[in-house]
Amino acid sequence: MISADIQTVLPEIVIALYAMGALLAAVYTSKDEVAPLLTWLTGGLFVVMAGWIGYNGEGVNVAFDGAYVDDGFGRFAKVVILLSAAVVLVMSQEYMSRRGLLRFEYPLLVALAVVGMMVMVSAGDLMSLYMGLELQSLSLYVVASLRRDSVKSTEAGLKYFVLGALSSGLLLYGASLTYGFAGTTLFSGIVEAVEGGASIGLLFGLVFLITGFAFKVSAAPFHMWTPDVYEGSPTPVTAFFATAPKVAAMGLFARVAFDAFGAVTGEWQQIVAFLSVLSMFVGAIAAIGQTNIKRLMAYSSIAHMGFALMGLAAGSAFGVQAMLIYMAIYVTMNIGTFAFILGMEKDGVPVTTISSLKMYSKREPLRALAMLVLLFSLAGVPPMVGFFGKFYVLRAAYDAGLAWLAVAGVIASVIGAFYYLRIVYFMYFGEETEALDGKMSPVLWVSLMASAAVMVVGVVNLFGIEPLAAAAAATLVN
Amino acid sequence: MVEFFTTTNLGIVLLILGQCLLVLVPLLVALAFLMYADRKIWAAVQMRRGPNVVGVFGLLQSFADFLKYIVKEVVVPAGADKAVFFLAPMISFVLAVIAWAVIPFDDGWVLSDINVAILYVFAISSLEVYGVIMGGWASNSKYPFLGSLRSAAQMISYEVSIGLIIIGVIISTGSMNFGDIVRAQEGSWGIFNWYWLPHFPMLFLFFISALAETNRPPFDLPEAESELVAGYQVEYSSTPFLLFMIGELMAVVLMCALVSLLFFGGWLSPIPGLPDGIWWMVIKMSFFFFIFSMVKAITPRYRYDQLMRLGWKVFLPMSLGWVVIVSFLAKYEALGGLWARWTIGG
Amino acid sequence: MTVAAFTFYAFAVTTLLGGLMTVMSRNPVHSVLWLILAFISSAGLFVLLGAEFVAMLLMIVYVGAVAVLFLFVVMMLDIDFAELKAEMARYMPLALLIGVVILMQLGMAFGAWDYSEGVAERLAAPAGEVQNTAALGQLIYDKYIMLFQLAGLILLVAMIGAIVLTLRHRTNIKRQDILAQMYRDPAKAMELKDVKPGQGL
Repeated sequence: MISADIQTVLPEIVIALYAMGALLAAVYTSKDEVAPLLTWLTGGLFVVMAGWIGYNGEGVNVAFDGAYVDDGFGRFAKVVILLSAAVVLVMSQEYMSRRGLLRFEYPLLVALAVVGMMVMVSAGDLMSLYMGLELQSLSLYVVASLRRDSVKSTEAGLKYFVLGALSSGLLLYGASLTYGFAGTTLFSGIVEAVEGGASIGLLFGLVFLITGFAFKVSAAPFHMWTPDVYEGSPTPVTAFFATAPKVAAMGLFARVAFDAFGAVTGEWQQIVAFLSVLSMFVGAIAAIGQTNIKRLMAYSSIAHMGFALMGLAAGSAFGVQAMLIYMAIYVTMNIGTFAFILGMEKDGVPVTTISSLKMYSKREPLRALAMLVLLFSLAGVPPMVGFFGKFYVLRAAYDAGLAWLAVAGVIASVIGAFYYLRIVYFMYFGEETEALDGKMSPVLWVSLMASAAVMVVGVVNLFGIEPLAAAAAATLVN
Repeated sequence: MVEFFTTTNLGIVLLILGQCLLVLVPLLVALAFLMYADRKIWAAVQMRRGPNVVGVFGLLQSFADFLKYIVKEVVVPAGADKAVFFLAPMISFVLAVIAWAVIPFDDGWVLSDINVAILYVFAISSLEVYGVIMGGWASNSKYPFLGSLRSAAQMISYEVSIGLIIIGVIISTGSMNFGDIVRAQEGSWGIFNWYWLPHFPMLFLFFISALAETNRPPFDLPEAESELVAGYQVEYSSTPFLLFMIGELMAVVLMCALVSLLFFGGWLSPIPGLPDGIWWMVIKMSFFFFIFSMVKAITPRYRYDQLMRLGWKVFLPMSLGWVVIVSFLAKYEALGGLWARWTIGG
Repeated sequence: MTVAAFTFYAFAVTTLLGGLMTVMSRNPVHSVLWLILAFISSAGLFVLLGAEFVAMLLMIVYVGAVAVLFLFVVMMLDIDFAELKAEMARYMPLALLIGVVILMQLGMAFGAWDYSEGVAERLAAPAGEVQNTAALGQLIYDKYIMLFQLAGLILLVAMIGAIVLTLRHRTNIKRQDILAQMYRDPAKAMELKDVKPGQGL
């Protein structure tokens, strides 16, 4: 019994044990000097775990009396989380080492955050949901203020922490109302309880829960923290924020929506659709005036979350499949874009203003080209892969009878295209002012180029992700 | 008559009150003599005479002091927060007294025989810091405040290891009731059945932590007379000061009772064959009080950072490690179940 | 009124009073003290519910440790709370409005509260004859072991975080090396010199 349970959560246990062991080892040896090694080691472990989960996982395994569910959906999300976290970690190593930011705790905190995310996407109980969420959030608060001598970084951490605590409170309140209605915290029990229809008390609980999730995925109108946190945190940390935690939070959102409230789709569909529309427009419009590329990426991520939520709002298996594909593509694009941003520097000092990119193509034609591809993809311009992501969610919304939502999505993406193309304009046509210099580390270069290449080559068959996502979605929605 | 005390509300309340008095009055009288004993022992170590004027051999010294404290004027410093200023000594005294509600003096001789008795005592003793910290703050003066901050940090630090040591004993017994803990130490070997033997290393840790927890020398930094004059008590006089003093001493005696109950078999007789009874408990408590006094007389005061180092870097890991070790020893019933004397469940 | 009912009302009223005064007190230290009163009375309520273990933990953890640190911090803070309050007063109407709206909504939710069908079967079975300490132990270390361990990890992260964000290794200070001190012996540490009169060393 217990050994079977442990078998099911073995990947999480391995990562947690690794983090603790590495922490001890680093404290008792040379501390921060082993940090680069630890960073690579952690990345490697993530990749190994992703492979293990991807190849070994089979069927639906329920562990700990339903508190933990290991199914196709969870595995898909976990593989994306692990791979993106691994890439972001190794991308950050050189950047952080050079600026004296690489403390040995950083990779370990990321590892613990990843454990939290893995529990989140596999949660089968409101309590394990909350535990995973807090484990992830707490680690993120800390890494956000990793550059502790900088006012902005500390502010980012503090802001994230205070608002995160507030959202956790809302989420817990929602959970308690749900428990009060259903008499159990197990998703399988809740779904049984709501089959007979939702009472108004349960609806309050559902709304509070969704509010909490919306904060975590930074969907408007709960997005206020995102730009400040993205701008203030060290850039590699921002890259991390923009990738794995988003996947985890979306996975959790979908998990709760379908596993616990699958019987009352209609009740949450409209709320999610509303969040989706608002996020798309807020993200698209507010990004226009930004001068800092990290803030811009924050708004971009808000808009993208709006699109991903559109898939969820469809409330169908195809919607979940679209959402999974969208998140996978989004993560890939963001890794490339942040690789580019990490390489932006002048005289060894990182620069994040958009205007510094003027005439970048003359100096670094290849990097500019890769960025061009990524930006087109982010904007959803065909024939880049990003277009297919958008196409999937729009179709899912349309199929589910949410044509208005799909139309709103198209409009928002047209508005959004403006600010992506503005960067392209700067890179190719602007007047040169303060030129960026500095070489890119090989890791960053490879990440940037690979990600750009994926955006072009993936058009062929999306690397076969489609059937995988469909299978994953099928295990969640039935 | 019996019916009145067992059935009616008033009767029950009166009965409980009577029991409380039965515990409190002897305790307070004993305290007066313990205070005298403390001073005598201290004096003897330093080759002085100690109190020897009031009564035969100065036996009534404590009562004279008591009278003096009562009749003197209460001085309240200007700018003090009056409510908190007077609340602090009361809290200190009341907490010291109510902890005795769950301490058994003989089999069944206990005011309230609750399941979580040991946790209750632990909770009450962790509240005692409030008397100190409130008194220090309300005095509106620097030395008291410094003293109270020191004391808060110190008491919290040592509570951690006390708690962990207690957990070891709880694991061995399988119950948090003092009666069960003492009964678990019963056996044909007398003194060698008691927990001091299987929990040997923790006995010393517990005793030293108890010294720190009650702010006794060598850990009396909160009131360090040579640095902080008298710490948080500087501004107190008359009855409030008396309450503080009684509270402090009562906490010391409580710790003596705890050591006796947890490690030395409470009311059990050390020699098999001799009858068990309350006298053994009294003898044990007196003995440990003697040790407390001796420690006060013969040890130099610790420096504050050393105190913290000892608490966090030595006691905490050791007691935590011991909890793990005891868990395994109890689980696998090592040495014929020396550490696994579960009185309930099992 | 039975003794139990009287005790319940005493504790309940004290809890509410403590909570109210925590918010109303002008002096922040008094606020914390009222908060502690609220904690203690809620521990009393737990005892009345038969959850004595939880009650004691509330006392030990919240009152004995957390609130002490609160008090510690609040006593040392030098904040002009009157000024903060004035700042707050500006937003008071808006806050009140939101508060009233939420209150009414919650009133709606709780006024028409109904449980799902079959809620009784889904509720956890009562522990029965087992002492509640033992029952809690069986739940935490058996059924909810994963959640318990995750909670442990969360605390670990909190600890790492506190150290990462605050620990600074200062280099220009003297530290006490306890082990070095203990392994020192007079033969190595002292040197006896025969000082000739009138010459010095």
